[in-house]
Amino acid sequence: MFDLTGMTALVTGASGGIGSAIAKGLAAQGARLAVSGSNVAKLEAFLGELGGEGHVAVPCDLSDAAAVDALVPQAVEALGGRIDILVNNAGVTRDNLAMRMKDDEWDQVIRVNLEAAFRLIRAAAKPMMKQRFGRVVSITSVVGQTGNPGQANYAASKAGLVGMSKALAQELASRNITVNCVAPGFIRSAMTDVLPDAQKQALTARIPAGDLGTGEDIAAAVVYLASKEAGYVTGQTIHVNGGMAMV
Amino acid sequence: MSETADRVKKIVVEHLGVEAEKVTEDASFIDDLGADSLDIVELVMAFEEEFGVEIPDDAAEKISTVKDAITYIDEHKG
Repeated sequence: MFDLTGMTALVTGASGGIGSAIAKGLAAQGARLAVSGSNVAKLEAFLGELGGEGHVAVPCDLSDAAAVDALVPQAVEALGGRIDILVNNAGVTRDNLAMRMKDDEWDQVIRVNLEAAFRLIRAAAKPMMKQRFGRVVSITSVVGQTGNPGQANYAASKAGLVGMSKALAQELASRNITVNCVAPGFIRSAMTDVLPDAQKQALTARIPAGDLGTGEDIAAAVVYLASKEAGYVTGQTIHVNGGMAMV
Repeated sequence: MSETADRVKKIVVEHLGVEAEKVTEDASFIDDLGADSLDIVELVMAFEEEFGVEIPDDAAEKISTVKDAITYIDEHKG
């Protein structure tokens, strides 16, 4: 089950903590990948680490609308004319209490986390409709559901992805294209490594599973949603959070 | 039959998977050829690509038959 042989995937933010685990998970099931990220050197290094045959790097700055619109066509060409799986994983944070939040902090987060995902899905829907097959998975966050002080922009962008995915799931279901989300809780990554120990302990105390999650926990959910077997699952969010929020 | 008509009909046959005989100029995409709203979007995008024309949403809404499409394309292609 969950064999992705013969399928191609575009993964954004692929050199990051969760993104690299997702890319490795998809590749391990046989998918050929176009990995994207803004840091070219990091991306090339990750491509080497990924090994295997037929994977390509397609760097992109997701805050640049024109570059985002060009990304899917680039990936399709580099992958030999198909895109079966799109994983919107890239995300940024610009945390600040709302009263102190600058316009730029709001705009940047919405642009990268939400608008870029829309642009990529819009572009990918075209070849996916022709193929009569597609799997879109967007990585959201538990805070899109629960909120979090200091993250009005981030929580809005992640909740926005959920609503957008439900609309697109309805638009595209008849073409065998599913649109789903995976919502990580607290996962060990560059984003959580920088938290002070006291805060990490306080966080862990709220997680019934008693520990932070890993990128592999997220990758497993993405692999499932990307597989042929998950064809009847659309417009959904799988929460992978050790039980810290049950929705 | 014009060259545009031939190409339009070919696209319709390919995209909707209908028999060529059914694609008459009077045929309505939705009522006669079984297209849904997503099929119409796909057809419009295919026409745009094939003929290098831009078909704005308000024009696309008025294209309901094969003949409507042929007429619009003939009037707007470069």
